[in-house]
Amino acid sequence: MEATVSPRPAKRGLIRRKTDYIPPSRYTLRAAAKDGDALTRLSFLILGAGNLARKQIVKGLLFLAVEIAYIVYMATVGVGSLGTLVSLGSRTQTRQKIDGYWYYDAGDNSVLLLTAGVATVFITVLFVVFWSYAVRSAHKAQVLQRETGAVPTLLDDWRNLTDRNAQVSMMFLPVVGILVFTVLPTLIMICIAFTSYDSDHVLLFDWVGFKNFGSLFAETGAVTANQFVRVLGWTLIWAIFATFLNFFFGLFLAMIINRKTTRFKGMWRSIFSLSMAVPQFVSLLAINQMLQPEGAINSTLESWGWITEPLPFFTDPTWARVTVIVVNLWIGIPFTIMQITGILQNIPADQYEAARIDGANWWQTFTRITMPYLVFVLTPYLITTFTGNVNNFNVIYLLSGGNPTAVGDTAGSTDLLITWLYKLTVDRGDYNLGGVIGIFTFVVLAIVSLITYRSSGSYKNEGGFR
Amino acid sequence: MSQATQSATVKAESNPFLHDQRKRRIVGDVLSHLLLVVLAVIWIIPIAWVVMESFNANPGPYNPSFFPEEYTLDNYIQLFTDTHILNFPKMFMHTFIIAVISCLINVFFVLCVAFSMSRLRFRFRKSFMNVVLVLGMFPNIMSVVVIYFILKSLGLTQGIGVTVALILVYSAGAGAGFYVMKGYMDTIPMSLDEAAALDGCTRWQTFRLIILPVCKPMLVYQALTAFLGPWLDFVMAKAICRTQDNYTVALGLYQMLSREYLNSWFARFAAAAVIIAIPIAILTIVMQRYYQEAMSGAVKG
Repeated sequence: MEATVSPRPAKRGLIRRKTDYIPPSRYTLRAAAKDGDALTRLSFLILGAGNLARKQIVKGLLFLAVEIAYIVYMATVGVGSLGTLVSLGSRTQTRQKIDGYWYYDAGDNSVLLLTAGVATVFITVLFVVFWSYAVRSAHKAQVLQRETGAVPTLLDDWRNLTDRNAQVSMMFLPVVGILVFTVLPTLIMICIAFTSYDSDHVLLFDWVGFKNFGSLFAETGAVTANQFVRVLGWTLIWAIFATFLNFFFGLFLAMIINRKTTRFKGMWRSIFSLSMAVPQFVSLLAINQMLQPEGAINSTLESWGWITEPLPFFTDPTWARVTVIVVNLWIGIPFTIMQITGILQNIPADQYEAARIDGANWWQTFTRITMPYLVFVLTPYLITTFTGNVNNFNVIYLLSGGNPTAVGDTAGSTDLLITWLYKLTVDRGDYNLGGVIGIFTFVVLAIVSLITYRSSGSYKNEGGFR
Repeated sequence: MSQATQSATVKAESNPFLHDQRKRRIVGDVLSHLLLVVLAVIWIIPIAWVVMESFNANPGPYNPSFFPEEYTLDNYIQLFTDTHILNFPKMFMHTFIIAVISCLINVFFVLCVAFSMSRLRFRFRKSFMNVVLVLGMFPNIMSVVVIYFILKSLGLTQGIGVTVALILVYSAGAGAGFYVMKGYMDTIPMSLDEAAALDGCTRWQTFRLIILPVCKPMLVYQALTAFLGPWLDFVMAKAICRTQDNYTVALGLYQMLSREYLNSWFARFAAAAVIIAIPIAILTIVMQRYYQEAMSGAVKG
């Protein structure tokens, strides 16, 4: 942190920004088509031809093998699943009696067809990327042979992978993981938002275009305009309260603990971190039990004679909303304290010293030194907390379960978009509506984060703390 | 809250008694300690309640008094001996294996991506970061159901496959969570890398021999976060484990509170909660120490 005051990082930042610029590669598809020789052009069709001819045997064979594998895949499965991606299947489940036994024909399962179809499209896109890489590699081999007389051998390539092109070997597996377990599911779910995959069409469904998005403005059905606006509004209110109340109370507590004259600092901190150490679902389920109508809190208050009938913690809409926000304070404040304590201790002491000598009072020091510093460091943290709260499934689902729910509604008073999505998909099987809600959640988050994140100091000035 | 403190300061200046700085500080001390005591009690009560309930002789959830009236150790004993309905020891081992393996993969992925993002400069670096940022805005609950379909088409929803599936789900996408680690690596001076390169280190060697040791506090933090993931996750596990014999701990605990189990299992739920909370609490405290060490800039360039 001292680095921020020394002149060095600024200079380094300039140099870094220059090194950040990477000139476009000279090996492009267009260049390969324009000044490639016959072999390079042959590589457009037969991957690896150019490499094989220039003695990059292993590399050439690898390219060829991938191409053959892709063609075989497309011929056996791929083309078929692309076809069914359009129709999403039509055979219904049938059974016929042969020799006194029922034989079942499972029929088409549109979800599996959709999954396979999207996966095929996905593989095709990946293959196109690979194809372009292979063609450029052939062109590169040609150019290098012309200019230097030698092409890189397998050993050279291997050395490159551990050194100059380390990003390739490092990022390969993680990127595959992200593609298969994050990108692919998201794409499929977006596709489902445009189909009729709901509780009435479990096995066979069709593309319906934007019809499901229209249901957000509908009067009746599982999703109505009324419910959608209510849930969206509550999601935003919840996220704002949960983020900023946690931040300010946490800041207040951290500063009280950090006061010079506060005794037993360590003890207070560990008491507040206790709730962080207990697994969240345990504490949430336990608090849920405590707040039940016959739960520990109500029965204790009744036995003391303070109340005559149970407090409606999760049965009255307003009570339920306040309850989840307050319980979330119990969970969230320790995290804020932990974050802020570290940062408070990092604020250069000489700034406070200078402020004291200049005669600044406590409030001035707080608004002029502490807050700007905290805001600079914590903006990304606040944004992630905000998005985390919009997506805060656990607190709502385990604590209130979205209840209380009015009769006939699919969303309860404390349901967030995310828990509503879960209820629609997992409990009711209305996957298409779930997809629509998911897309809307994304839009809300994207707008909020783009506006705040792009204008925050830590994004613009990436290396600012180096 | 800060407004209230401000008005307190203003009042203090107009009041001759409080004008004396020493007295003012004493009043502040008394008030803040009082507040801390009250809040500390609020923070401790729910935890103390669960611990006490775990020794409750009455296994049901609703008792006339706040803390139990009779205490016994039976809940703990039954949890480990009475395994024919919900097999807690098995769930515990299952979760433990998943946690260890996915922790290793997770840490490796995060380190690789963070290193590439922080120390290497290549085309698509910024675009990768932006794509990951956008992906992170899609609610992850949305893909839960689809991930189950994908795992089903890979044949990973039966028997041992469920364990593999859970490991994959917890670790495969981990590379996207590189931001904190990258931020930490950004604070390590580039001169270390340059010196290593001059001494003939390849980038992989720089990663392994120079950056990894410097990243130790953040590494421990990341490892513990990854290890705790499977213990705390509930949504993914619920979507993937469809039968009770491959439940994880979180699912088992949730099951104990379902309507048909609640009355006979509540005390055992509390006991199980205490048993898993103790190691997790210890790990979390260790983790925080490393996190704070990392955050307070332990790197001396």
